[in-house]
Amino acid sequence: MDQILELQYALDTFYFLMCGALVMWMAAGFSMLEAGLVRSKNTAEILTKNVALFSISCIMYLVYGYEIMYGGGVMLSGIELDGAASADVLTATVLAESKAAGFDGDSVYSNASDFFFQVVFVATAMSIVSGAVAERMKLWAFLAFAVVMTGFIYPMEGAWTWNGDDVFGLYNLGELGFSDFAGSGIVHMAGAAAALAGVLLLGARKGKYGPNGQINPITGANLPMATLGTFILWMGWFGFNGGSVLKLGDIASANSVAMVFLNTNAAAAGGAIGALIVARLMFGKADLTMLLNGALAGLVAITAEPSTPTALEATLFGLAGGVLVVFSIITLDKMRIDDPVGAISVHGVCGLLGLLLVPLTNDAVSFSGQLIGAATIFGWVFVVSLVVWGVLKAVMGIRVSEEEEYEGVDISECGLEAYPEFTNK
Amino acid sequence: MKLVTAVLKPFKLDDVREALSDIGVSGITVTEVKGFGRQKGHTELYRGSEYVVDFLPKVKVEIALSDDQVEQAVDAIIKAANTGKIGDGKIFVTSLEKVVRIRTGETGAEAL
Repeated sequence: MDQILELQYALDTFYFLMCGALVMWMAAGFSMLEAGLVRSKNTAEILTKNVALFSISCIMYLVYGYEIMYGGGVMLSGIELDGAASADVLTATVLAESKAAGFDGDSVYSNASDFFFQVVFVATAMSIVSGAVAERMKLWAFLAFAVVMTGFIYPMEGAWTWNGDDVFGLYNLGELGFSDFAGSGIVHMAGAAAALAGVLLLGARKGKYGPNGQINPITGANLPMATLGTFILWMGWFGFNGGSVLKLGDIASANSVAMVFLNTNAAAAGGAIGALIVARLMFGKADLTMLLNGALAGLVAITAEPSTPTALEATLFGLAGGVLVVFSIITLDKMRIDDPVGAISVHGVCGLLGLLLVPLTNDAVSFSGQLIGAATIFGWVFVVSLVVWGVLKAVMGIRVSEEEEYEGVDISECGLEAYPEFTNK
Repeated sequence: MKLVTAVLKPFKLDDVREALSDIGVSGITVTEVKGFGRQKGHTELYRGSEYVVDFLPKVKVEIALSDDQVEQAVDAIIKAANTGKIGDGKIFVTSLEKVVRIRTGETGAEAL
């Protein structure tokens, strides 16, 4: 019996780690998507930003973020032994708990694997911000914001939701019937809220909007790269949602995991087709970048609850996301909120949609709870982000000069070009 | 000596090169260029917003020729590059004052 329980622990830990690695790979997806949708003169900078923000997220969450969110100790002190006196004592405790609970009990896995899985989610939330503020924000102002976002803003709302803490001791979201399975709101809408605050203070790219409501498209430099990025995100999402089941080691959990994979995939497909059809009807053409945003919108929409819908429901939820995202992108453009990659629409608007769809298939969740939860997450992240961006704007400035923007931030921020087209060497 | 400059539809470049080889033209220079004439541009669509592409891709072929070759070369280009549709391009013939082959220092017709 002990050996089977140990094996269950090992399997759940292994599953958690592999899912975390899949989510880590989403950083590559965001990098490629964003690099494909900006102009070639801003490519090196956005790649720099993506690698740096991922690294900052990992460090800040390790230093203090995980402590705020789950109480893992500053610098993860004591994460290995989970408060036990020695490794042997920990093993004995885990075995005793597993025996008492049987195979239907809570998840059993290594604490360190929990940190690893959680940390890549923080990086995902931060990645969402980088695309929306692309092509005009100062690199170092962005990285300074990343420190606050990943070390404080995100862990606070994460503690209120996934860790079940009271919101400033006032109310408890879980008790109000709030649920966000893998983070449509906690990760995606939170990232979008921070992005929206940044974009509002930053303004649009030069030349994006003309007088008399004119909207000038600024075309992405590399659509094969954007497509690859979307597929990488699609793949990483299996870890994002699949890992959020938290457990694999019994038949019920294994079935749940399989259903989550199936539904996640179905929603992405539904979202892509939804956006494709809407774009064809509205513009007369099969708009590739809308199709890509549609697939991601479907994924975001299913993330709040991928385990309870049927496959058909998941496809329809995804489809709703894909349809909504096209209208959202057009509306934001009309409001002159310039988001080069559509991050606010994909992650924010469809993140909210995802939260509101949960009560349709999960009876334990209430519509009002979802609304209060969404308002709490959005309000907290948006307001604090606005303050932080505002302070950064006053202290160091958040926007590059007009000339630097015209020349491209590759040269002004990184001192190199991603595609040096003319050299004499 | 004359300099023949032809602006062509890119997909006609191979045909033109072959036609020129057939009449004994020994060297050409090709540049990818953009521009518009009567064909004007066309509209494209990005994330729901239409925009006009004013300048269409063309290739520019430059050939330095002795006077007696010019007529034949121009005919060969016309024949090879003509699709009958708008946007086939133009041929310009200008006089050439001096030609030097860098390797040998030869000048004039010798250098062609």
